[in-house]
Amino acid sequence: MGIKSYCFKKSLWLYHFAGASCNNCDIEVLDCLTPRYDVERFGMLLIGSVRHADVLLVAGSINKKCKSRLLEVYHQAPKPLVVVAIGACGITGGVFAEGNTFAGPVDKIIPVDVYIPGCPPKPEAILAGIVNFLNKS
Amino acid sequence: MAGHIFYFLIFPGLLFAGVGGGLLSWFDRKITARVQFRVGPPLLQPFYDFVKLMAKETIIPSNAAKTVFLLAPILAVAGACLSSVFILLPGFGISSGFRGDLVVVFYLLMVPSLAYIIGALASGNPIANLGASREMKLIIGYELSLLLVLAAIILKAGNTISLNEIIAVQQQQGAFIGSISGMLLFIVSMMCVQAKLAFVPFDIADAETEIAGGIFLEFSGFTLAMVKLAKYIMLLVLPSFVVVILLGGFRFEGIHILWSVLKLLGVVLLITLVRNTNPRLTIGQSMRFFFIWMNLFAIIAIVLAYFGY
Ligand code: SF4
Repeated sequence: MGIKSYCFKKSLWLYHFAGASCNNCDIEVLDCLTPRYDVERFGMLLIGSVRHADVLLVAGSINKKCKSRLLEVYHQAPKPLVVVAIGACGITGGVFAEGNTFAGPVDKIIPVDVYIPGCPPKPEAILAGIVNFLNKS
Repeated sequence: MAGHIFYFLIFPGLLFAGVGGGLLSWFDRKITARVQFRVGPPLLQPFYDFVKLMAKETIIPSNAAKTVFLLAPILAVAGACLSSVFILLPGFGISSGFRGDLVVVFYLLMVPSLAYIIGALASGNPIANLGASREMKLIIGYELSLLLVLAAIILKAGNTISLNEIIAVQQQQGAFIGSISGMLLFIVSMMCVQAKLAFVPFDIADAETEIAGGIFLEFSGFTLAMVKLAKYIMLLVLPSFVVVILLGGFRFEGIHILWSVLKLLGVVLLITLVRNTNPRLTIGQSMRFFFIWMNLFAIIAIVLAYFGY
């Protein structure tokens, strides 16, 4: 494993994109930063600008309004970029899948690397998903 | 000539200050984590961050002024390195043979902030411009206080503007912080350092929750790595500056090595604790804080110093 990819794995900066979610998934993402779970011990930080991002966390369903914004955010981020779809809504549409504003699960719009199911997934599940992905790649 | 390049690139300059500042930045993050009952990042975290950013794609916004945008972070690193050379050479007791360094250091310490402002204005992003204007106002706020502190130091050291002589005076008569005026000056200079480092009560220009990173918003990859490097270096340089002008400088023989390191860590610890126990001020509040209170403190300290307290 090269030093570049090693450092990349050791220092993931997270950018949080909240789609048309019910907001529970967003709260669970924030839980990961609390003293109980403390993602900073793996070098992860939540950052405010997508230009600094290594991981794009997409929570919630994507409707017609936020589809173009998601695409724009994805193109603005510097590559390499890991895209994580969080929650049933991001993966399949969940309870919103039948809605007439629904614009498709996340992986129809941008390529997704990690799927974390749950409604909402527990913080442990989010951490486990990302750690599993890092161990595999 | 070769000696000067060595000073700039290796010993008190780029390499030394980068590595030392990186370790201090880990110290700062670790203490922050402990204050919040967390575990905190591993020791090498600043280096992982730096290498990762160097390897990432660098995006230049389409309406940015390309050359200025790319050169501004390099200017920041160069300014930070130069100030580290000018402060740490006398700090380590190596004479540079230059007698006016206090004034030069005052200007050099401003270069990184100015470079961030130039970079942010060149990025063509309205929010980054907002951050740049906030940073400018903050500079107007704290520079006068810092200048008054330096004036008081010059008065206390017997009208000399050479850092070497300031350290020599302190090592003969005890550090300046031992007097009443010295304590006031210490408070004022710590606040100026806090503002120069853009740490929490004064992180107005890069407030992440309000303006999404502010002046650093458009930097990515290589440019962001340079910004980080400049910040690491400043985290070493500014506390060393406080140690040099008020706490008696560093000494490198026997037990004094331990004291020198402890002084530096103590100052960084104080900065970190202030950072973790205060909310962010608005720009108006921080201007008022510096213009009224800090300037008042510094002027009182000058008067006290004049009468020998
Ligand atoms: S997956 Fe469930 S918790 Fe998450 S946004 Fe959708 S409905 Fe809400």
